Amino acid sequence: MSKKEWPLWEVFIRSKQGLSHKHAGSLRAADAEMAINNARDVYTRRSEGVSIWVVESANVVASDPSEAGPLFEPANSKAYRHPTFYDVPDGVSHM
Amino acid sequence: MTKQEALFEYVLRKADDTLILGHRLSEWCGHGPVLEEDIALTNLALDLIGQATELYQYAAEVENKGRNEDDLAFLRLEREYKNVLLVEQTNGDFGKTIVRQFLFDHFQSLLYERLMNSADEQIAAIAEKSIKEVKYHLKHSSEWVIRLGDGTEESHNRVQESVTDLSRYIEELFYQDEVDEILIKEGIAADTASFKEEYYNNINAVLSEATLSLPEKMWQLDGGRKGVHSEHLGFLLAELQYMQRTYPGMEW
Amino acid sequence: MKDLNINELDRKFQEKIDNEIKIEPKDYMPEAYRKTLIRQISQHAHSEIVGQLPEGNWVTRAPNLRRKAVLLAKIQDEAGHGLYLYSAVETLGADREETIDDLHSGKAKYSSIFNYPSLTWADMGMIGWLVDGAAIMNQVPLCRCSYGPYARAMVRVCKEESFHQRQGYEIVTKLATGTPEQKEMAQESLNRWWWPALMMFGPSDADSKHTAQSMKWKIKRHTNDELRQQFVDVTVPQAELIGLKVPDPDLKWNEETGHYEFGEINWNEFWQVVEGYGPCNKERVDARRKAKEDGAWVREAANAYAEKRAKRKAS
Repeated sequence: MSKKEWPLWEVFIRSKQGLSHKHAGSLRAADAEMAINNARDVYTRRSEGVSIWVVESANVVASDPSEAGPLFEPANSKAYRHPTFYDVPDGVSHM
Repeated sequence: MTKQEALFEYVLRKADDTLILGHRLSEWCGHGPVLEEDIALTNLALDLIGQATELYQYAAEVENKGRNEDDLAFLRLEREYKNVLLVEQTNGDFGKTIVRQFLFDHFQSLLYERLMNSADEQIAAIAEKSIKEVKYHLKHSSEWVIRLGDGTEESHNRVQESVTDLSRYIEELFYQDEVDEILIKEGIAADTASFKEEYYNNINAVLSEATLSLPEKMWQLDGGRKGVHSEHLGFLLAELQYMQRTYPGMEW
Repeated sequence: MKDLNINELDRKFQEKIDNEIKIEPKDYMPEAYRKTLIRQISQHAHSEIVGQLPEGNWVTRAPNLRRKAVLLAKIQDEAGHGLYLYSAVETLGADREETIDDLHSGKAKYSSIFNYPSLTWADMGMIGWLVDGAAIMNQVPLCRCSYGPYARAMVRVCKEESFHQRQGYEIVTKLATGTPEQKEMAQESLNRWWWPALMMFGPSDADSKHTAQSMKWKIKRHTNDELRQQFVDVTVPQAELIGLKVPDPDLKWNEETGHYEFGEINWNEFWQVVEGYGPCNKERVDARRKAKEDGAWVREAANAYAEKRAKRKAS
């Protein structure tokens, strides 16, 4: 007989139509249906959601924090990707 | 019996079903088999107590004798409670609680589907609001019946025993008398005979997936609708009514 | 990461803390920081779960339908909060069931207040007003705690708990302005809960072994005594407003400091309860242990069913 704990699931909730799913937290459940039910009972008691995603935590692949430098810092020096980088004469609108 | 008397009695019976079952579920609060399920059971209890409150409010309005929902919920004699026997049965283990819920949810779901079209606007409105809750309860309890029935040998045996025990209370769900007859004629109440076959088909489909079965033949008990209960209800009411009985007429 | 030595890592870690940059689960953290967090967050989680029990006592006896629903919803929130907090503990590499087993074996502590009995309906009011009031005072600064998952859990908890204290004060107010019996019920309950509520903030700063380090790590933002003083300052006027008397003969307003002075806490009682000798320690832990044991077959069945189904799908 299995004594092991139920797997851990990550819960993502869409708070209203038009918004993306956002990580809400985690919980334990034996299967996917139970994970959805539990997510509904645990994380939407105050009408926080209109849609739920659950994914077993073991299936999440995360970036390594020690690689945060090489992964994310190069983007800091590319200010030309942001609109404020460009000079536009005063008085120009709709741009 | 006038139509008004019948309507009062009918709504009261439905209110008592939900209050007593909600009370039983609330006993689990803080003691569930796993944290997530503790929260789920409390959600069921809250839904049922919410439904009971609306039904009692309407019953009080129909009766029109100056009683409010709390007077009806807390200040009647045991013989005046009209819930079916199924809902007052003790929680037992988690499996028994789930089977009790399962048998009730399937009935409520079919009943409310019909009451949504009741000629009585208030009943129709309550049914329409409640059906969403009941559909979720049904999903929750049915999935658990399958998990437990088709889980381990121990869980199968435990839950089969609960199915066998509680099957004695199924027929009473369909009990009808003069109250129902008067209201069915008016298009207010739903004729339970009209969905009995569907009920058995529905529960048998889930039970069979769960590798469980109803016993061939089981002597059926009733009396709840007439206020003749099992021994369990008195103890439940002693707790439920404690404050109102000990401190009469006070506000909380 | 390999080429940095531990001292250098520790220095960088403290630098992040000093700059109010949150620490996330996979970031480097000193072992002692991790251990402190596991201890504190799991204690907090246990407190939510054990805290369900004294209130759960009164669910079936609540005096009317509205109160019954509110009390149930509140206790359910506590279970939810326990769950959020256990999740935060798990991000530190601690297993939830092992954490819970530590509670059941008596190794892990929880808030000592829940070892006091709930004897009357007024206690439901006092728990909401005083116990949740004290908890909120502890919890609001934790929303800014240096550990990301804990801080985020606390934001959620604080948002949800905002109704808890109000419903408690509402219950007490209703009693304090009710019949003489109700008023008596409220006063008697305040007499029992006042001192244990003050003890909730933990030992005095002089005796608190973890405070200094926790403040340096920004796990804690205020000392126990600071929070306790703040609690007394806001709560005493709330009691007076509804005509209840705080059971402390030494309580008096100090014009100069702008704070209330209050009597000495019975620290002997505090430590006895912490050590396991309070009125309900045994009942509380036994109830939790029983819930887990009684539920074992259910958890196993769900696992077995999930395995069977996965196999059927594969074949």
